[in-house]
Amino acid sequence: MSEHVVSPKTYALILTALLVGTAVTVWVAQVDLGPWSLAVALTIAVIKATLVVLFFMHMKYSHRLNWIFFAAAILWLVLLISMTLVDVIANLAGN
Amino acid sequence: MWVFLVTEVMFFGGMFAGYATYRFRYPEAFLEGSGKLDLLLGAANTAVLILSSFTMAMAVHSAQTNRRRSLILFLILTMLLGSVFLGVKVVEYSDKFHHHLVPGPSFHVEGAVGPQVELFFSFYFALTGFHALHMIIGIGLLSVILWMSWRGRFSAEYYNPVEISGLYWHFVDIVWIFLFPLLYLIGHHRL
Repeated sequence: MSEHVVSPKTYALILTALLVGTAVTVWVAQVDLGPWSLAVALTIAVIKATLVVLFFMHMKYSHRLNWIFFAAAILWLVLLISMTLVDVIANLAGN
Repeated sequence: MWVFLVTEVMFFGGMFAGYATYRFRYPEAFLEGSGKLDLLLGAANTAVLILSSFTMAMAVHSAQTNRRRSLILFLILTMLLGSVFLGVKVVEYSDKFHHHLVPGPSFHVEGAVGPQVELFFSFYFALTGFHALHMIIGIGLLSVILWMSWRGRFSAEYYNPVEISGLYWHFVDIVWIFLFPLLYLIGHHRL
């Protein structure tokens, strides 16, 4: 595991950023952005998740092997969801 | 631990893919279903869970810096915040039963898209239910860690179990970070 000790100040900063991100995403949801609202909400979620992985989970200071496992998970997740959606959208367009 | 978390990504990933499929097929029904969730409770629970991730990170920090008392304190705080999250979830679930929004014979939503709103709620209960199950397992895990901390088993030289439990806890937090917008936020602006 990582030996690096992250300062409580950094953790507090990340906590603040995550809470602000939550407030922003709730606020943006009240504004009608049409098809963009889902994209904006997911972008904020990805940023929040990235902060948690990098700092709370110490990925930033972690062994390269962990990065490879993590990248593999993301790769297969993106493949799973994008390929599923390609099929769904092709079906909807066909009908 | 990261390998285990990869399998967990796949476990939730399958359900997310299912959600995405029907979200594209029945966008109106999913917006309507999402609008029936309590945005305020969902947002409050998001904040509670983020706060619990912070206290968990601080617990690991305490172990790394050899502070047993603050390790115990932060572990208890994390478990308390996790329990608050589950308590709010119980309130939300019972509210859904009360309003006939639980999929099954008693489900009732007016309008042509009613059956598809029921589908939204099937996803809602499957996704949040498995997430809550992970939370319960997490609290169980932390109680073991708490007991071990009490016995003085951890130090700056040996704190691996604390760190690994932390990784699990943060992962469950991340799942919620995605569940919150996908379930609670997509429909609210239509209200």
